[in-house]
Amino acid sequence: MKLVTAVIKPYQLDAVKEALHALGVAGLTVSEVQGYGRQKGHTEVYRGAEYTVEFLPKIKVEVVTDEIDVEKVVDAVVNSARTGKIGDGKVWVTSVDDVVRVRTGERGLDAL
Amino acid sequence: MEINTGNTAWLLLSSALVLLMTPGLALFYGGLNRSKGVLNMMMMSFSCIGLVSVLWVIYGFTLAFGVNGNDGLNTVIGNFSYFGTGTSGITEEWLFFGAKTGIPTYAFMGFQMMFAIITVALISGAVSDRMKFAGWVIFALAWFTLVYVPVAHWVWGGGFVGSKIRALDFAGGTAVHINAGAAALALCLILGKRAGWPRENMRPHNVPFVALGAGLLWFGWFGFNAGSELTVDGTTVFAFLNTQVATAAALVGWVVVEWIRDGKPTLVGASSGAVAGLVAITPACGFVAPLPAVLIGLVAGAVCALAVGLKYRLGYDDSLDVVGVHFVGGWIGSLAIGFFATAQVNAGITDPAILNASEGLFYGGGVTQLGRQFLGSLVVTLYSFAIAAAIALIIRSAKGLRVSPEAEITGIDIADHGETGYDLTPSGGAGTGGGAFAMAGLTGTTPAQADTEGKAASAEKVAG
Repeated sequence: MKLVTAVIKPYQLDAVKEALHALGVAGLTVSEVQGYGRQKGHTEVYRGAEYTVEFLPKIKVEVVTDEIDVEKVVDAVVNSARTGKIGDGKVWVTSVDDVVRVRTGERGLDAL
Repeated sequence: MEINTGNTAWLLLSSALVLLMTPGLALFYGGLNRSKGVLNMMMMSFSCIGLVSVLWVIYGFTLAFGVNGNDGLNTVIGNFSYFGTGTSGITEEWLFFGAKTGIPTYAFMGFQMMFAIITVALISGAVSDRMKFAGWVIFALAWFTLVYVPVAHWVWGGGFVGSKIRALDFAGGTAVHINAGAAALALCLILGKRAGWPRENMRPHNVPFVALGAGLLWFGWFGFNAGSELTVDGTTVFAFLNTQVATAAALVGWVVVEWIRDGKPTLVGASSGAVAGLVAITPACGFVAPLPAVLIGLVAGAVCALAVGLKYRLGYDDSLDVVGVHFVGGWIGSLAIGFFATAQVNAGITDPAILNASEGLFYGGGVTQLGRQFLGSLVVTLYSFAIAAAIALIIRSAKGLRVSPEAEITGIDIADHGETGYDLTPSGGAGTGGGAFAMAGLTGTTPAQADTEGKAASAEKVAG
Protein backbone atom coordinates (compact mmCIF):
# COMPACT_ATOMS: atom_id res chain seq x y z
CA MET A 1 0.00 0.00 0.00
CA LYS A 2 1.07 3.52 -0.67
CA LEU A 3 0.38 6.88 0.90
CA VAL A 4 -0.02 9.63 -1.68
CA THR A 5 0.56 13.04 -0.11
CA ALA A 6 -0.14 16.18 -2.13
CA VAL A 7 0.43 19.80 -1.17
CA ILE A 8 -1.70 21.93 -3.50
CA LYS A 9 -3.16 25.37 -3.93
CA PRO A 10 -6.26 25.84 -1.74
CA TYR A 11 -8.59 26.69 -4.61
CA GLN A 12 -7.61 23.48 -6.47
CA LEU A 13 -9.00 21.29 -3.68
CA ASP A 14 -12.43 20.85 -5.25
CA ALA A 15 -10.94 19.76 -8.58
CA VAL A 16 -8.65 17.25 -6.85
CA LYS A 17 -11.52 15.88 -4.77
CA GLU A 18 -13.67 15.43 -7.89
CA ALA A 19 -10.87 13.69 -9.80
CA LEU A 20 -10.20 11.27 -6.95
CA HIS A 21 -13.90 10.64 -6.50
CA ALA A 22 -14.14 9.79 -10.21
CA LEU A 23 -11.35 7.22 -9.73
CA GLY A 24 -13.36 5.58 -6.98
CA VAL A 25 -11.08 6.62 -4.11
CA ALA A 26 -13.08 5.93 -0.98
CA GLY A 27 -11.67 8.53 1.39
CA LEU A 28 -9.11 11.24 1.77
CA THR A 29 -7.72 13.42 4.50
CA VAL A 30 -7.37 17.18 4.04
CA SER A 31 -5.48 19.65 6.21
CA GLU A 32 -4.71 23.33 5.99
CA VAL A 33 -0.98 23.85 6.00
CA GLN A 34 1.51 26.65 5.36
CA GLY A 35 4.76 26.53 3.52
CA TYR A 36 6.82 27.69 0.62
CA GLY A 37 8.61 26.18 -2.33
CA ARG A 38 10.67 27.82 -5.01
CA GLN A 39 8.46 30.90 -5.16
CA LYS A 40 9.53 31.84 -1.59
CA GLY A 41 6.28 33.42 -0.47
CA HIS A 42 5.33 36.90 -1.59
CA THR A 43 6.02 40.51 -0.73
CA GLU A 44 3.58 43.04 0.72
CA VAL A 45 4.31 46.77 0.91
CA TYR A 46 2.84 49.02 3.61
CA ARG A 47 3.73 52.71 3.54
CA GLY A 48 6.79 51.83 1.49
CA ALA A 49 8.06 49.19 3.93
CA GLU A 50 8.36 45.73 2.39
CA TYR A 51 7.30 42.69 4.35
CA THR A 52 8.00 39.20 3.06
CA VAL A 53 5.26 36.71 3.76
CA GLU A 54 7.27 33.46 3.66
CA PHE A 55 4.63 30.89 4.44
CA LEU A 56 1.76 30.68 2.01
CA PRO A 57 -1.51 28.90 2.79
CA LYS A 58 -1.67 25.46 1.13
CA ILE A 59 -3.84 22.37 1.37
CA LYS A 60 -2.40 18.95 2.12
CA VAL A 61 -4.34 15.98 0.73
CA GLU A 62 -3.51 12.46 1.88
CA VAL A 63 -4.78 9.27 0.27
CA VAL A 64 -3.83 5.69 1.12
CA THR A 65 -4.21 3.49 -1.90
CA ASP A 66 -3.54 0.07 -3.41
CA GLU A 67 -0.08 -0.26 -4.93
CA ILE A 68 -1.64 -1.12 -8.29
CA ASP A 69 -3.69 2.10 -8.39
CA VAL A 70 -1.02 4.48 -7.15
CA GLU A 71 0.00 5.83 -10.57
CA LYS A 72 -3.63 6.59 -11.44
CA VAL A 73 -4.10 8.43 -8.17
CA VAL A 74 -0.93 10.45 -8.62
CA ASP A 75 -1.88 11.34 -12.19
CA ALA A 76 -5.38 12.35 -11.13
CA VAL A 77 -4.02 14.64 -8.42
CA VAL A 78 -1.35 16.16 -10.62
CA ASN A 79 -3.67 16.77 -13.56
CA SER A 80 -6.46 18.26 -11.48
CA ALA A 81 -4.22 20.45 -9.34
CA ARG A 82 -2.18 21.91 -12.17
CA THR A 83 -2.69 25.57 -13.10
CA GLY A 84 0.68 25.92 -14.83
CA LYS A 85 1.68 28.78 -12.53
CA ILE A 86 4.35 28.81 -9.86
CA GLY A 87 3.27 27.38 -6.50
CA ASP A 88 1.10 24.53 -7.84
CA GLY A 89 2.59 22.19 -5.23
CA LYS A 90 4.14 18.75 -4.89
CA VAL A 91 3.00 15.15 -4.74
CA TRP A 92 5.00 12.37 -3.14
CA VAL A 93 4.45 8.70 -2.50
CA THR A 94 5.53 6.74 0.55
CA SER A 95 5.12 3.11 1.52
CA VAL A 96 2.58 2.11 4.12
CA ASP A 97 3.24 -1.06 6.15
CA ASP A 98 -0.27 -1.65 7.39
CA VAL A 99 -3.70 -0.05 7.79
CA VAL A 100 -6.30 -0.87 10.44
CA ARG A 101 -9.97 0.08 10.24
CA VAL A 102 -10.82 1.23 13.75
CA ARG A 103 -14.48 0.19 13.64
CA THR A 104 -13.96 -3.48 12.62
CA GLY A 105 -10.31 -4.27 13.16
CA GLU A 106 -9.84 -5.24 9.45
CA ARG A 107 -6.26 -4.92 8.27
CA GLY A 108 -4.37 -4.21 5.04
CA LEU A 109 -6.25 -3.69 1.77
CA ASP A 110 -9.54 -4.70 3.40
CA ALA A 111 -9.29 -1.66 5.65
CA LEU A 112 -9.10 0.82 2.77
CA MET B 1 -25.14 91.00 22.37
CA GLU B 2 -27.60 88.18 21.83
CA ILE B 3 -26.40 84.64 21.40
CA ASN B 4 -26.12 83.94 17.69
CA THR B 5 -28.05 80.71 17.31
CA GLY B 6 -26.67 79.83 13.86
CA ASN B 7 -23.04 80.23 14.90
CA THR B 8 -23.62 78.43 18.17
CA ALA B 9 -25.43 75.54 16.51
CA TRP B 10 -22.60 75.08 14.00
CA LEU B 11 -20.00 75.21 16.75
CA LEU B 12 -21.77 72.61 18.88
CA LEU B 13 -22.16 70.35 15.85
CA SER B 14 -18.50 70.92 14.97
CA SER B 15 -17.52 69.99 18.53
CA ALA B 16 -19.31 66.65 18.17
CA LEU B 17 -17.60 66.10 14.80
CA VAL B 18 -14.18 66.79 16.32
CA LEU B 19 -14.86 64.41 19.21
CA LEU B 20 -15.63 61.65 16.67
CA MET B 21 -12.13 62.09 15.27
CA THR B 22 -10.58 60.54 18.37
CA PRO B 23 -12.38 57.17 18.09
CA GLY B 24 -11.64 57.48 14.35
CA LEU B 25 -7.97 57.92 15.22
CA ALA B 26 -8.20 54.88 17.50
CA LEU B 27 -9.44 52.78 14.57
CA PHE B 28 -6.83 54.24 12.22
CA TYR B 29 -3.97 53.59 14.63
CA GLY B 30 -5.49 50.32 15.87
CA GLY B 31 -5.64 48.91 12.36
CA LEU B 32 -2.09 49.97 11.55
CA ASN B 33 -0.85 48.27 14.71
CA ARG B 34 -0.12 44.58 15.22
CA SER B 35 -3.04 42.60 16.63
CA LYS B 36 -1.36 41.90 19.97
CA GLY B 37 -1.36 45.61 20.82
CA VAL B 38 -4.58 46.81 19.20
CA LEU B 39 -6.43 47.41 22.46
CA ASN B 40 -3.57 49.31 24.07
CA MET B 41 -3.35 51.45 20.94
CA MET B 42 -7.05 52.26 21.07
CA MET B 43 -6.98 52.69 24.84
CA MET B 44 -4.34 55.40 24.53
CA SER B 45 -6.80 57.42 22.43
CA PHE B 46 -9.81 56.72 24.62
CA SER B 47 -7.89 57.52 27.79
CA CYS B 48 -7.27 61.01 26.40
CA ILE B 49 -11.01 61.59 26.10
CA GLY B 50 -11.30 60.78 29.79
CA LEU B 51 -8.26 62.61 31.12
CA VAL B 52 -8.17 65.73 28.97
CA SER B 53 -11.91 66.48 29.16
CA VAL B 54 -11.70 66.67 32.94
CA LEU B 55 -8.49 68.68 33.08
CA TRP B 56 -9.74 71.07 30.38
CA VAL B 57 -12.65 72.10 32.58
CA ILE B 58 -10.53 72.40 35.71
CA TYR B 59 -7.54 74.40 34.43
CA GLY B 60 -6.85 73.73 30.71
CA PHE B 61 -9.27 76.14 29.11
CA THR B 62 -8.68 79.05 31.43
CA LEU B 63 -4.88 78.78 31.18
CA ALA B 64 -5.05 78.50 27.38
CA PHE B 65 -7.70 81.12 26.68
CA GLY B 66 -8.11 83.21 29.81
CA VAL B 67 -6.91 86.64 28.72
CA ASN B 68 -6.90 90.17 30.09
CA GLY B 69 -5.12 92.10 27.38
CA ASN B 70 -2.00 90.95 25.56
CA ASP B 71 0.72 92.11 27.89
CA GLY B 72 3.11 90.56 30.34
CA LEU B 73 2.39 87.03 31.42
CA ASN B 74 -0.52 86.82 29.02
CA THR B 75 1.79 86.42 26.02
CA VAL B 76 3.11 83.22 27.61
CA ILE B 77 0.19 81.69 29.47
CA GLY B 78 -3.46 82.53 30.08
CA ASN B 79 -4.93 83.36 33.45
CA PHE B 80 -7.64 82.05 35.72
CA SER B 81 -10.40 84.35 34.45
CA TYR B 82 -12.46 81.32 33.38
CA PHE B 83 -11.70 79.27 36.47
CA GLY B 84 -14.93 78.17 38.11
CA THR B 85 -17.05 80.71 36.25
CA GLY B 86 -20.07 78.47 36.52
CA THR B 87 -23.08 79.82 34.70
CA SER B 88 -21.67 83.26 33.86
CA GLY B 89 -20.18 81.86 30.63
CA ILE B 90 -23.63 81.10 29.29
CA THR B 91 -24.27 84.74 28.59
CA GLU B 92 -20.69 85.85 28.11
CA GLU B 93 -19.97 85.80 24.38
CA TRP B 94 -16.64 84.74 23.00
CA LEU B 95 -14.49 87.29 21.20
CA PHE B 96 -12.87 86.24 17.98
CA PHE B 97 -10.68 88.34 15.72
CA GLY B 98 -11.73 91.36 17.70
CA ALA B 99 -15.41 90.86 16.93
CA LYS B 100 -18.07 89.22 19.04
CA THR B 101 -19.23 86.00 17.45
CA GLY B 102 -22.31 85.59 19.62
CA ILE B 103 -21.05 82.23 20.85
CA PRO B 104 -21.36 81.42 24.55
CA THR B 105 -17.89 81.09 26.06
CA TYR B 106 -18.69 77.57 27.19
CA ALA B 107 -19.52 76.48 23.63
CA PHE B 108 -16.03 77.62 22.64
CA MET B 109 -14.64 75.81 25.68
CA GLY B 110 -16.28 72.57 24.52
CA PHE B 111 -15.02 72.98 20.96
CA GLN B 112 -11.46 73.59 22.10
CA MET B 113 -11.71 70.66 24.53
CA MET B 114 -12.06 68.28 21.58
CA PHE B 115 -8.90 69.73 20.00
CA ALA B 116 -6.94 69.20 23.20
CA ILE B 117 -8.12 65.57 23.39
CA ILE B 118 -7.08 64.56 19.90
CA THR B 119 -3.78 66.43 20.00
CA VAL B 120 -2.60 64.36 22.97
CA ALA B 121 -4.00 61.17 21.40
CA LEU B 122 -2.07 61.80 18.15
CA ILE B 123 1.26 61.34 19.96
CA SER B 124 0.45 57.77 20.94
CA GLY B 125 0.92 56.44 17.41
CA ALA B 126 4.69 56.72 17.86
CA VAL B 127 4.90 54.52 20.95
CA SER B 128 2.66 51.56 20.21
CA ASP B 129 3.28 48.07 21.60
CA ARG B 130 5.92 49.01 24.15
CA MET B 131 5.07 51.96 26.42
CA LYS B 132 3.65 51.17 29.84
CA PHE B 133 0.08 52.37 30.00
CA ALA B 134 0.74 54.03 33.37
CA GLY B 135 3.71 55.79 31.78
CA TRP B 136 1.49 56.95 28.93
CA VAL B 137 -1.08 58.37 31.35
CA ILE B 138 1.58 60.31 33.24
CA PHE B 139 3.11 61.53 30.00
CA ALA B 140 -0.28 62.58 28.63
CA LEU B 141 -1.15 64.51 31.81
CA ALA B 142 2.21 66.26 31.94
CA TRP B 143 2.44 67.06 28.23
CA PHE B 144 -1.11 68.37 28.14
CA THR B 145 -0.38 70.65 31.08
CA LEU B 146 3.12 71.82 30.22
CA VAL B 147 2.94 71.87 26.42
CA TYR B 148 -0.54 71.77 24.89
CA VAL B 149 -2.12 74.38 27.17
CA PRO B 150 0.63 77.01 26.79
CA VAL B 151 1.12 76.36 23.06
CA ALA B 152 -2.63 76.70 22.43
CA HIS B 153 -2.37 80.01 24.27
CA TRP B 154 0.65 81.13 22.25
CA VAL B 155 -1.05 80.35 18.94
CA TRP B 156 -4.72 81.12 19.54
CA GLY B 157 -5.18 82.56 23.01
CA GLY B 158 -3.44 85.89 22.54
CA GLY B 159 0.05 84.55 23.16
CA PHE B 160 3.25 85.59 21.41
CA VAL B 161 3.18 83.19 18.40
CA GLY B 162 -0.09 84.73 17.22
CA SER B 163 0.21 88.28 18.56
CA LYS B 164 3.97 88.99 18.34
CA ILE B 165 5.42 86.63 15.71
CA ARG B 166 2.08 86.86 13.88
CA ALA B 167 2.22 83.32 12.55
CA LEU B 168 -1.20 82.22 11.28
CA ASP B 169 -2.75 78.88 12.23
CA PHE B 170 -6.38 78.54 11.29
CA ALA B 171 -7.23 75.19 12.82
CA GLY B 172 -4.12 73.68 14.34
CA GLY B 173 -1.09 73.19 12.08
CA THR B 174 1.31 74.40 14.75
CA ALA B 175 -0.83 74.06 17.89
CA VAL B 176 -1.97 70.53 17.05
CA HIS B 177 0.06 68.69 14.41
CA ILE B 178 3.57 70.13 14.66
CA ASN B 179 3.12 70.17 18.42
CA ALA B 180 2.08 66.50 18.62
CA GLY B 181 4.57 65.40 15.95
CA ALA B 182 7.56 66.97 17.72
CA ALA B 183 6.49 65.36 21.01
CA ALA B 184 6.06 62.00 19.26
CA LEU B 185 9.61 62.20 17.91
CA ALA B 186 11.06 62.99 21.34
CA LEU B 187 9.05 60.27 23.03
CA CYS B 188 9.88 57.47 20.60
CA LEU B 189 13.58 58.41 20.61
CA ILE B 190 13.73 58.08 24.38
CA LEU B 191 11.44 55.06 24.55
CA GLY B 192 13.49 53.11 21.99
CA LYS B 193 12.60 50.73 19.21
CA ARG B 194 10.09 47.92 19.38
CA ALA B 195 11.71 44.53 19.93
CA GLY B 196 12.62 43.21 16.49
CA TRP B 197 12.23 46.50 14.64
CA PRO B 198 12.96 46.94 11.75
CA ARG B 199 13.91 43.29 11.13
CA GLU B 200 10.59 41.72 12.03
CA ASN B 201 7.31 41.80 10.17
CA MET B 202 5.22 44.59 11.73
CA ARG B 203 2.62 45.04 9.05
CA PRO B 204 -0.82 46.51 9.81
CA HIS B 205 -3.12 43.85 11.24
CA ASN B 206 -6.44 45.25 9.99
CA VAL B 207 -6.40 47.41 6.87
CA PRO B 208 -10.22 47.82 6.81
CA PHE B 209 -9.91 49.45 10.29
CA VAL B 210 -7.34 51.83 8.83
CA ALA B 211 -9.70 52.88 6.03
CA LEU B 212 -12.67 53.18 8.39
CA GLY B 213 -10.62 55.27 10.81
CA ALA B 214 -9.39 57.54 8.01
CA GLY B 215 -12.99 57.98 6.85
CA LEU B 216 -14.15 58.99 10.32
CA LEU B 217 -11.22 61.37 10.66
CA TRP B 218 -12.08 62.95 7.30
CA PHE B 219 -15.74 63.37 8.30
CA GLY B 220 -14.88 64.82 11.69
CA TRP B 221 -12.25 67.10 10.24
CA PHE B 222 -14.94 69.27 8.64
CA GLY B 223 -15.85 70.30 12.17
CA PHE B 224 -12.18 70.70 13.05
CA ASN B 225 -11.48 73.07 10.16
CA ALA B 226 -14.76 74.74 9.22
CA GLY B 227 -15.75 74.99 12.90
CA SER B 228 -12.59 76.96 13.64
CA GLU B 229 -14.02 80.08 11.99
CA LEU B 230 -16.41 80.19 15.00
CA THR B 231 -18.99 81.87 12.82
CA VAL B 232 -20.77 80.89 9.64
CA ASP B 233 -19.57 83.12 6.82
CA GLY B 234 -17.68 82.97 3.54
CA THR B 235 -14.44 81.92 5.21
CA THR B 236 -16.26 78.99 6.82
CA VAL B 237 -17.30 77.82 3.38
CA PHE B 238 -13.72 78.10 2.08
CA ALA B 239 -12.43 76.16 5.09
CA PHE B 240 -14.97 73.41 4.46
CA LEU B 241 -14.32 73.17 0.74
CA ASN B 242 -10.53 73.34 1.11
CA THR B 243 -10.68 70.48 3.60
CA GLN B 244 -12.32 68.30 0.98
CA VAL B 245 -10.20 69.14 -2.05
CA ALA B 246 -6.83 69.17 -0.30
CA THR B 247 -7.56 65.80 1.30
CA ALA B 248 -8.65 64.31 -2.01
CA ALA B 249 -5.52 65.64 -3.71
CA ALA B 250 -3.26 64.26 -0.97
CA LEU B 251 -4.87 60.84 -1.31
CA VAL B 252 -4.01 60.95 -5.01
CA GLY B 253 -0.50 62.29 -4.33
CA TRP B 254 0.38 59.52 -1.86
CA VAL B 255 -1.00 56.73 -4.05
CA VAL B 256 0.81 58.01 -7.15
CA VAL B 257 4.11 58.00 -5.26
CA GLU B 258 3.72 54.43 -4.05
CA TRP B 259 2.35 53.21 -7.38
CA ILE B 260 5.53 54.49 -9.06
CA ARG B 261 7.87 53.47 -6.25
CA ASP B 262 6.41 50.15 -5.11
CA GLY B 263 4.47 49.10 -8.20
CA LYS B 264 1.06 48.85 -6.50
CA PRO B 265 -1.52 51.33 -5.18
CA THR B 266 -2.56 50.40 -1.63
CA LEU B 267 -5.52 51.16 0.62
CA VAL B 268 -3.14 51.90 3.52
CA GLY B 269 -1.50 54.46 1.23
CA ALA B 270 -4.81 56.03 0.20
CA SER B 271 -5.91 56.27 3.84
CA SER B 272 -2.57 57.68 4.97
CA GLY B 273 -2.57 60.18 2.11
CA ALA B 274 -6.00 61.42 3.16
CA VAL B 275 -4.80 61.97 6.72
CA ALA B 276 -1.66 63.76 5.47
CA GLY B 277 -3.86 66.07 3.38
CA LEU B 278 -6.16 66.79 6.31
CA VAL B 279 -3.14 67.66 8.43
CA ALA B 280 -1.57 69.93 5.82
CA ILE B 281 -4.71 71.91 4.99
CA THR B 282 -5.58 72.42 8.67
CA PRO B 283 -3.52 75.57 9.32
CA ALA B 284 -4.22 77.00 5.85
CA CYS B 285 -7.87 76.08 5.24
CA GLY B 286 -9.30 79.46 6.27
CA PHE B 287 -6.67 81.54 4.48
CA VAL B 288 -6.22 80.01 1.01
CA ALA B 289 -8.31 79.54 -2.12
CA PRO B 290 -9.42 76.06 -3.27
CA LEU B 291 -6.94 75.70 -6.13
CA PRO B 292 -3.89 76.32 -3.92
CA ALA B 293 -5.54 73.91 -1.46
CA VAL B 294 -5.36 71.21 -4.12
CA LEU B 295 -1.68 71.96 -4.61
CA ILE B 296 -1.04 71.87 -0.86
CA GLY B 297 -2.76 68.48 -0.73
CA LEU B 298 -0.79 67.03 -3.63
CA VAL B 299 2.51 68.16 -2.15
CA ALA B 300 1.59 66.92 1.32
CA GLY B 301 0.49 63.52 0.02
CA ALA B 302 3.64 63.00 -2.01
CA VAL B 303 6.11 64.39 0.55
CA CYS B 304 4.56 62.55 3.52
CA ALA B 305 4.61 59.29 1.51
CA LEU B 306 8.35 59.78 1.14
CA ALA B 307 8.83 61.11 4.69
CA VAL B 308 7.51 57.96 6.39
CA GLY B 309 10.58 56.18 5.02
CA LEU B 310 12.88 58.50 7.01
CA LYS B 311 12.55 56.38 10.14
CA TYR B 312 14.21 53.44 8.40
CA ARG B 313 17.08 55.64 7.23
CA LEU B 314 17.55 57.49 10.50
CA GLY B 315 16.78 54.51 12.71
CA TYR B 316 14.03 55.78 15.04
CA ASP B 317 10.95 53.65 15.55
CA ASP B 318 8.02 56.01 15.06
CA SER B 319 5.66 53.03 14.96
CA LEU B 320 2.74 54.49 13.06
CA ASP B 321 4.44 57.50 11.42
CA VAL B 322 3.24 60.38 13.58
CA VAL B 323 6.37 62.31 12.60
CA GLY B 324 6.14 61.45 8.89
CA VAL B 325 2.46 62.41 8.66
CA HIS B 326 1.63 64.97 11.36
CA PHE B 327 4.95 66.72 11.90
CA VAL B 328 5.91 66.90 8.23
CA GLY B 329 2.31 67.54 7.09
CA GLY B 330 1.90 70.27 9.71
CA TRP B 331 5.06 72.03 8.55
CA ILE B 332 3.98 71.84 4.90
CA GLY B 333 0.59 73.40 5.70
CA SER B 334 2.06 76.06 7.96
CA LEU B 335 4.62 77.15 5.38
CA ALA B 336 1.98 77.02 2.62
CA ILE B 337 0.24 79.91 4.37
CA GLY B 338 3.33 82.00 3.62
CA PHE B 339 2.84 81.32 -0.08
CA PHE B 340 -0.92 81.26 -0.55
CA ALA B 341 -2.70 83.23 2.20
CA THR B 342 -5.00 85.89 0.79
CA ALA B 343 -7.44 88.45 2.15
CA GLN B 344 -9.81 87.39 -0.61
CA VAL B 345 -10.52 84.29 1.47
CA ASN B 346 -10.09 85.80 4.92
CA ALA B 347 -10.21 89.59 5.21
CA GLY B 348 -8.91 89.33 8.77
CA ILE B 349 -5.39 88.59 7.52
CA THR B 350 -4.61 92.14 6.53
CA ASP B 351 -6.78 93.90 9.09
CA PRO B 352 -4.44 95.52 11.68
CA ALA B 353 -7.19 95.35 14.28
CA ILE B 354 -7.61 91.61 13.81
CA LEU B 355 -4.74 89.37 12.61
CA ASN B 356 -2.36 92.05 11.40
CA ALA B 357 -0.52 89.54 9.22
CA SER B 358 0.66 89.68 5.63
CA GLU B 359 -0.69 88.07 2.49
CA GLY B 360 1.35 85.25 1.03
CA LEU B 361 4.28 85.43 -1.38
CA PHE B 362 2.09 84.66 -4.40
CA TYR B 363 -0.39 87.40 -3.50
CA GLY B 364 2.14 90.20 -3.31
CA GLY B 365 2.92 89.97 0.36
CA GLY B 366 6.60 89.08 -0.13
CA VAL B 367 8.35 86.65 2.18
CA THR B 368 7.20 88.37 5.39
CA GLN B 369 4.50 85.87 6.24
CA LEU B 370 6.61 82.89 5.15
CA GLY B 371 9.25 83.97 7.67
CA ARG B 372 6.62 84.33 10.38
CA GLN B 373 5.22 80.88 9.62
CA PHE B 374 8.70 79.38 9.79
CA LEU B 375 9.49 81.09 13.08
CA GLY B 376 6.15 80.16 14.66
CA SER B 377 6.51 76.52 13.61
CA LEU B 378 10.10 76.39 14.81
CA VAL B 379 9.25 77.77 18.25
CA VAL B 380 6.51 75.19 18.75
CA THR B 381 8.73 72.37 17.43
CA LEU B 382 11.61 73.16 19.77
CA TYR B 383 9.44 73.74 22.84
CA SER B 384 7.32 70.63 22.37
CA PHE B 385 10.33 68.43 21.59
CA ALA B 386 12.32 69.66 24.58
CA ILE B 387 9.55 69.41 27.15
CA ALA B 388 8.33 66.05 25.82
CA ALA B 389 11.88 64.73 26.05
CA ALA B 390 12.25 66.03 29.60
CA ILE B 391 8.96 64.45 30.68
CA ALA B 392 9.90 61.13 29.04
CA LEU B 393 13.35 61.12 30.69
CA ILE B 394 11.84 61.73 34.12
CA ILE B 395 9.31 58.91 33.65
CA ARG B 396 12.09 56.63 32.38
CA SER B 397 14.28 57.36 35.38
CA ALA B 398 11.37 56.28 37.55
CA LYS B 399 11.29 53.09 35.42
CA GLY B 400 7.80 53.71 34.22
CA LEU B 401 8.34 54.17 30.51
CA ARG B 402 8.67 50.73 28.96
CA VAL B 403 7.07 47.34 29.49
CA SER B 404 9.30 44.32 30.20
CA PRO B 405 10.73 42.42 27.19
CA GLU B 406 8.52 39.43 28.11
CA ALA B 407 5.40 41.57 28.15
CA GLU B 408 6.37 43.16 24.85
CA ILE B 409 6.79 39.78 23.14
CA THR B 410 3.59 38.36 24.60
CA GLY B 411 1.68 41.51 23.77
CA ILE B 412 1.00 44.69 25.70
CA ASP B 413 -2.77 44.07 25.59
CA ILE B 414 -2.45 41.09 27.93
CA ALA B 415 0.40 42.54 29.98
CA ASP B 416 -1.07 45.97 30.70
CA HIS B 417 -4.80 45.54 30.18
CA GLY B 418 -5.55 41.86 30.79
CA GLU B 419 -7.60 41.57 27.61
CA THR B 420 -7.07 40.63 23.99
CA GLY B 421 -8.63 42.02 20.86
CA TYR B 422 -9.48 38.79 19.12
CA ASP B 423 -10.48 35.26 20.07
CA LEU B 424 -9.97 33.08 17.04
CA THR B 425 -10.07 29.65 18.70
CA PRO B 426 -12.77 27.41 17.16
CA SER B 427 -14.63 26.80 20.42
CA GLY B 428 -14.70 30.46 21.30
CA GLY B 429 -11.77 30.00 23.62
CA ALA B 430 -11.25 28.12 26.81
CA GLY B 431 -13.71 29.99 28.96
CA THR B 432 -12.37 31.27 32.18
CA GLY B 433 -15.85 32.19 33.23
CA GLY B 434 -15.01 35.59 34.62
CA GLY B 435 -13.83 36.91 37.91
CA ALA B 436 -15.34 34.39 40.26
CA PHE B 437 -13.83 31.43 38.46
CA ALA B 438 -10.54 33.17 38.01
CA MET B 439 -10.48 33.84 41.73
CA ALA B 440 -11.08 30.15 42.34
CA GLY B 441 -7.94 29.45 40.32
CA LEU B 442 -9.77 27.63 37.56
CA THR B 443 -8.62 29.56 34.53
CA GLY B 444 -8.32 27.42 31.44
CA THR B 445 -11.21 25.09 32.20
CA THR B 446 -14.49 25.08 30.32
CA PRO B 447 -17.33 27.15 31.78
CA ALA B 448 -19.29 24.02 32.74
CA GLN B 449 -16.36 22.48 34.54
CA ALA B 450 -15.45 25.74 36.12
CA ASP B 451 -18.97 26.10 37.42
CA THR B 452 -18.97 22.77 39.26
CA GLU B 453 -15.38 22.87 40.37
CA GLY B 454 -15.63 26.52 41.22
CA LYS B 455 -18.41 25.85 43.65
CA ALA B 456 -16.43 22.99 45.13
CA ALA B 457 -13.38 25.15 45.47
CA SER B 458 -15.39 27.94 47.05
CA ALA B 459 -16.95 25.49 49.45
CA GLU B 460 -13.51 24.22 50.33
CA LYS B 461 -12.32 27.74 50.96
CA VAL B 462 -15.25 28.38 53.24
CA ALA B 463 -14.65 25.11 55.00
CA GLY B 464 -10.90 25.79 55.26
